[in-house]
Amino acid sequence: MPVNYMNPLFEVVRDHDKCIKCRVCERQCANEVHKYDAELDRMVSDEMTCVDCQRCVCLCPVNALKIRPNENRFRDNANWNQQIMTEIYKQADSGGVLLSAMGTPKEYPVYWDKILLNASQVTNPPIDPLREPMETKTFLGKKSQAISYDENGKAHYEKTPYLELDVPIMFSAMSFGSISKNAHESLARAATELGTYYNTGEGGLHEDFYKYGKNTICQVASGRFGVFKGYLDAGAAIEIKMGQGAKPGIGGHLPGMKINDEISKTRMIPKGTDAISPAPHHDIYSIEDLRQLVFSLKEATNWEKPVIVKIAAVHNVAAIASGVARSGADIIAIDGFRGGTGAAPTRIRDNVGIPIELALASVDSRLRDEGIRNDVSIVVGGSIRSAADVVKAVALGADACYIATAALLSMGCHLCRSCNTGKCNWGIATQRADLVKRLNPEVASKRLVNLVTAWNHEIKEMMGGMGINSIEALRGNRLMLRGVGLNPKELEILGIQHAGE
Amino acid sequence: MKKVYVNEDWCLACHLCEYYCAAANSGAANMVAAFRNGKKPVSRIQVEEGDKVNFAVQCRHCDGKPCVRGCIAGALSIVDGVVCCDENKCVGCGTCVLSCPFGCVVFDEANHRIQKCDLCLKNHDGEPACVQGCPNKAIVFEER
Repeated sequence: MPVNYMNPLFEVVRDHDKCIKCRVCERQCANEVHKYDAELDRMVSDEMTCVDCQRCVCLCPVNALKIRPNENRFRDNANWNQQIMTEIYKQADSGGVLLSAMGTPKEYPVYWDKILLNASQVTNPPIDPLREPMETKTFLGKKSQAISYDENGKAHYEKTPYLELDVPIMFSAMSFGSISKNAHESLARAATELGTYYNTGEGGLHEDFYKYGKNTICQVASGRFGVFKGYLDAGAAIEIKMGQGAKPGIGGHLPGMKINDEISKTRMIPKGTDAISPAPHHDIYSIEDLRQLVFSLKEATNWEKPVIVKIAAVHNVAAIASGVARSGADIIAIDGFRGGTGAAPTRIRDNVGIPIELALASVDSRLRDEGIRNDVSIVVGGSIRSAADVVKAVALGADACYIATAALLSMGCHLCRSCNTGKCNWGIATQRADLVKRLNPEVASKRLVNLVTAWNHEIKEMMGGMGINSIEALRGNRLMLRGVGLNPKELEILGIQHAGE
Repeated sequence: MKKVYVNEDWCLACHLCEYYCAAANSGAANMVAAFRNGKKPVSRIQVEEGDKVNFAVQCRHCDGKPCVRGCIAGALSIVDGVVCCDENKCVGCGTCVLSCPFGCVVFDEANHRIQKCDLCLKNHDGEPACVQGCPNKAIVFEER
């Protein structure tokens, strides 16, 4: 291109005193930023394609590399900022819709950070989780409203299928296609070891992973990729995906170049064809239609598996969740607008949906008000970043949390937000054989297990501090929460008091 | 006996093992110092690259030990199952290079002698340097 309107986003800073010219950076960069110049006997960089994935920085054996934001700026303007200008140049070049990946990087309020937890002092003793039993086991599904006893003293109650989690954390949906086979295997192995569940996403289940079925949630999305009897039977639960937090109201599009032999077989679509998930399920235009699919799936699996309905957090989420609860679903998964994605139109990702904290609080309140809270469990996702977020979510009313971005980070992702390019240097969001290889499931599953185990310890510590020894006693316990810097309306929606009250 | 094994499924041909090996056996304090001023210390592990398969090759400390039997200077010996080379005795004849069926013995042109993996016995801190430095756990140090 004779004139390039865009600046490189980053600059590669190399300490030539340290650089030993081992060329590891060059070999590891799928974006071909680094190159060895034999004439100069020096490593050189072309920063235009750098996405700041930090792979080179992490692997450089002498710490000679730094990736910094490019210091060169367009003339500063608070209104027409650098990003807006860059996006306009990009669209003027391409004429296309802007694509982005992972959760929105924009500065929207994070309510988790404006909520503080309680702790016991003097009158109600805290509990030391290292010395006393502390329960984080969680059951997801419909809870029986009443128990009756017959003349022999035998209890009778409605029994419905449920999920049993050793930790109140599950890995949320990421399809095989959007992430690599090795990433899927890592999640499956970690979920099995942790006694929790991972989610296939909408891409079907690879034949090698049926053995992890006990810890698998099989998703049925609008594209119906890879759905057949064996798939539905394979998992512990079935999830109907109505929406995704990162792109509510939008379907999905996996480009044909990523549909290789294995993905084609798993998704049951021809090799090399685009995998397009429609925005709506074409057979669902009402709660009654949803109910029909819920019951169809239950019938197909002999009423042995709970059905999850996943919705994106949008403006009327409480009313929608109420409808979903009445549709016969056992679990509602709500995905907040900060949730991740392998690819979404930038404008949708950055402007559509609502924060999960507010959605969760209003759904939980609504279902309680309507007396149907026990008919469903609530799982929330969409940027759960730490054990503290999990504890706050549970106290706001969630039964469990879905994590995905955090899970990817533990596997090596550095949030460069370039999943859509298919050139993930960490072997996660790619199908290129040489890149997929970079993620050894043995290493990645161990790191996932470490992460969730660490969070579970922290959850126990925080519960212990509050004098609570079971996650069940924390659930919906909003008295344990106080807001800081929130306005009265926000406090009202969250159903919590301000700090000091 | 614990030995170094390579799983080609996970080898990325990043060549980091070569650099960690070379630095560890160079006697220098760190990697930067080992390669300072254009120095190129020899690595005892070599990555073989193919179209689809890559793997690192280093001494298997195999049962036949043809290198030890072939050594004309008595420089190669077996210490607790590990084939070691006495640098002071090696005359650089290259017989072991020729006789090694795996191509594991590396000739050090600069010093006119051979270099071979001794499982980092001389700079040991638990695991050989190549194993510690492998970013994808393709190289393991284990009993088989």
